[in-house]
Amino acid sequence: MTSQTLLHFDAAQRRYDAPASQGGEVVAVGGVTCEIAKGSFVALVGASGSGKSTLLKMVNTLVAPSGGRVLFGGEDVTTLKPSSLRRRVGYVFQGIGLFPHMRVGENIAIGPRLAGEKLPDRRVAELLTLVELDPDMAARMPDELSGGQRQRVGVARALAGDPELLLMDEPFGALDPGTRDALGERVRELHEELGLTTVMVTHDMAEALLLADRVLVMDAGHLVADETPRSLLAGKGGEVAQSLVAVPRDQAEKLAAMEESIAAKALSKGAAS
Amino acid sequence: MNGFWETLLTLGDKLTAHIVLSASAIGFGILVALPLAVWAARSQSVARVALGFASLVQTIPALALLALFFPVLLSLRAVFGEDLPTLGFLPALLALALYALLPILRNAVTAQANLDPGVLEAADGVGMTGWQKLTLVEAPLSAPFIMAGIRTASVWTIGAATLSTTIGQPSLGDPIFAGLQTQNWALVLAGCFASAGLALVVDALLGLIERGLARRSKWQWGGGMAAVALGLALALVPQFKADDENTIIIGSKQFSESYILAQLIGQQLEKNGFDVEYRTGLGSAVLHGAVSNSSVDISVDYTGTVWTNELKRDDNPGREAMFEEIVRWEAEETGTLVLGRLGFENAYAFAMRRDTAAELGVTSLEDLVPVAPTLVVGGDPEFFERPEWISVREAYGMRFKETRNFSPTFMFNALQAREADAISAYSSDGRLAADTYILLEDPKEALPSYDAMLMVSPRLSENEAALDALRPLVGAIDVDAMRAANYSVDRTDDGKMSPEDAARALAAQIGL
Repeated sequence: MTSQTLLHFDAAQRRYDAPASQGGEVVAVGGVTCEIAKGSFVALVGASGSGKSTLLKMVNTLVAPSGGRVLFGGEDVTTLKPSSLRRRVGYVFQGIGLFPHMRVGENIAIGPRLAGEKLPDRRVAELLTLVELDPDMAARMPDELSGGQRQRVGVARALAGDPELLLMDEPFGALDPGTRDALGERVRELHEELGLTTVMVTHDMAEALLLADRVLVMDAGHLVADETPRSLLAGKGGEVAQSLVAVPRDQAEKLAAMEESIAAKALSKGAAS
Repeated sequence: MNGFWETLLTLGDKLTAHIVLSASAIGFGILVALPLAVWAARSQSVARVALGFASLVQTIPALALLALFFPVLLSLRAVFGEDLPTLGFLPALLALALYALLPILRNAVTAQANLDPGVLEAADGVGMTGWQKLTLVEAPLSAPFIMAGIRTASVWTIGAATLSTTIGQPSLGDPIFAGLQTQNWALVLAGCFASAGLALVVDALLGLIERGLARRSKWQWGGGMAAVALGLALALVPQFKADDENTIIIGSKQFSESYILAQLIGQQLEKNGFDVEYRTGLGSAVLHGAVSNSSVDISVDYTGTVWTNELKRDDNPGREAMFEEIVRWEAEETGTLVLGRLGFENAYAFAMRRDTAAELGVTSLEDLVPVAPTLVVGGDPEFFERPEWISVREAYGMRFKETRNFSPTFMFNALQAREADAISAYSSDGRLAADTYILLEDPKEALPSYDAMLMVSPRLSENEAALDALRPLVGAIDVDAMRAANYSVDRTDDGKMSPEDAARALAAQIGL
């Protein structure tokens, strides 16, 4: 392990007991080993049920490993107190999970409050500005916000405790495409500005390619590819990875072809008149 | 409805006692239900057992549940000592709290089961400890639902608390039970009105708190809480008056005669400078037990009742022997002092219209035997199953043409309307005060005697001054005087009296 490694999966496993008819055991994550360097933006990509979410939740122990280890800053996460570990790790997920009975400001300040500190209003305003929301929104209740605004608050809440690591589990999955792209880009910018280490789970390879600087591909509980976006686009990473890359590429090619034919028709119409 | 409003205004004591009892029971219910609900939300088997138990409790009629705590607490005296109260506030509190459990528990468990899993994941994700998750997220989000459960429980409890009268706890049930027995409808209505009014007010206030919690309006739930707290504080104030050790507690059963005699005894003691309190409308067995363990000091009981229910005897040794045996048994077994007989019986007897009896030449059960096969006899629904009936049938070889059942209230109407030629009656019944009916004599003593006896608790039996004040009552009330007093309470016309006034009139008549 190098000094730059923040997160280290060491043969991490998660198995569940299942009825004998289903083989007696379900392997969600079957022995993943990899290191994630400080400052990197890693996307964890795979189909539903490939184990990517489970692997992510093993980091903040929402899911306990049933074998192997997960090291965070060199320490086995299972030896840390869950509450103090989770306060050092920002967590954003598709369900957003804003506390409906707390104002936006209180939601953002919850992490520090749990640790016994009061987050100053100035800092809440700053965090809201970071996620491109009006600081006045701190006084609103979550149900007064749109879905996109809520997830921005979710990101602000994850950043409030100055985390060393930001975990995101399908963070933009429930948002409309426009909101989704805008928020994705903003998160990438924040990653740079705040010098974060980010691990993002997504089933959308296009999102992974556009935002991350390293893409891990999972299939049936195993890591099957570990490439940069550039090399994935260049055809590396194997069959599963390439089948995932093929989806946005095909879409892009079809769109390009449509644009071409529209342009050609317009051209021929112009020529005819 | 003569005197409804006046009566209502006299219910202050009962109302405050009712509020304190209901609030304590609900509070106790909450104290048990909420931790149980938290546990149940984390364990399927706890949820099943807890909800199953609470539902089971709910199937027991409230009256039975209240009565059940008497023997339960009595047996617990082996553990907690003789000072454990078996009647009054404690058993009422326990029974009502058990009753309040189900709605609170069920709503709390349901509320927790229906919390948004995303919110719960977020609570874990931001690093809440189990306790923080419970207090900061689960409790506030479940609060409106739990409040709805508390609201249901409160309305039930306030209603059921009226039944605690039967185990000697003062409540708004006192006027209801007393009114039902003495056919004083103003009293019944006032009690129902006060209890229903209390339930409505509490429901409205708790509803305000519930809506305030749901809308997260601090004003609304804070205001509701403040109003509830204020009402409770006002009800609590009178409870702190010094509980005088020297106060003599007089118990009564659930019929007019018993209410009148309790008042008579109370007035006699007050005249002699004693402070008295009443526990009215108790069940017969409960009252007997209460005197034995000195939670009630004085009652009037009947030889036949004690003979059958307490001594568990079914023979009939004759009037004097039965009384003497009871005096001996009480002294040895319960420590209760039987101070003496009041002078009248409230026994089973047969009544006929005076004109019918004269026509047939009947004055006793013996005379009735030859004509019985042409006559119809009426009895209350249980009478023809009772040993008294069987004993008469066997002693005299009595065979009637027909037996008919009537409810006790309509027994005399049946006789009046010649639906029955003879009926079962109680010898001190007020309706026998009129000249219209006669009671048949029982020369073979087939019917057991029911002499009214003055029962004094072990505690009071050491108080010579009190016993001296009570002695003038012994042998002082003949059956005509008692019938007249009963009639003045049971009648429904303008001459109707309260048991208190009837007792005063009775005292004057017998020269106390």
